[in-house]
Amino acid sequence: MRIRVQAAPFDPGAELTAFSRTAKGAGAIISFTGITRDLPGASLRHMLVEHYPGMTEKTLNRIATLALKRWSLKRVLILHRYGRMAPGDPIMMVATAAKHRAEAFQAAGFLMDYMKSRAPFWKKEVSEAGETWVKAREEDETALNRWQA
Amino acid sequence: MVDLRYFAWLRERIGTSHEQMNTDAETVADLVEELKARDDVYAQVFSDPAGIRVAVDQELVEFDAPLKNTREVAFFPPMTGG
Repeated sequence: MRIRVQAAPFDPGAELTAFSRTAKGAGAIISFTGITRDLPGASLRHMLVEHYPGMTEKTLNRIATLALKRWSLKRVLILHRYGRMAPGDPIMMVATAAKHRAEAFQAAGFLMDYMKSRAPFWKKEVSEAGETWVKAREEDETALNRWQA
Repeated sequence: MVDLRYFAWLRERIGTSHEQMNTDAETVADLVEELKARDDVYAQVFSDPAGIRVAVDQELVEFDAPLKNTREVAFFPPMTGG
């Protein structure tokens, strides 16, 4: 399991290649990359991502550990940036490697759903119109429920 | 002595990310009441607890959580990771 929280940009392709090399015995690899979405009219200047150092790493470790217990995974990667993102910049990435695709897909969905509403990150959009904290979405909270059965 | 941490809009409104406080509050809710009694800014920030999450020693908890032996209490809006 690999957890990385960093300000530096990353290259999702290079990360996936490196991840695949270390996922010995895997028959399926799933990766998800979150991208900084622009605002209507391409008006986003940048996005600021704030986090809670310490709690972030602890939470991501716990989420990854839960996934490793629940599915038979060969390897898990969680990478999340903080700081300033330009529109189109990758913000975060998860990758899962398993023997078969069903487990890899499910584990990746689980990791994403938990990251969305349990990992202590906050996003702020900075545009011509001003600065706005991104609001949490109700759907993200309900998405968690499907894993709690 | 408890370390208080604030994030996102709470940090901006309160005007600091970090402060220390001497308190005998037994629960998070008691601590919030103490803060609200301090001045209007805190009273406004904590006027709608439904929009605020709290972590005690970096674990998410509810507002009725006890504060015994707590070192750090953090207040922030619902998370928007991913």
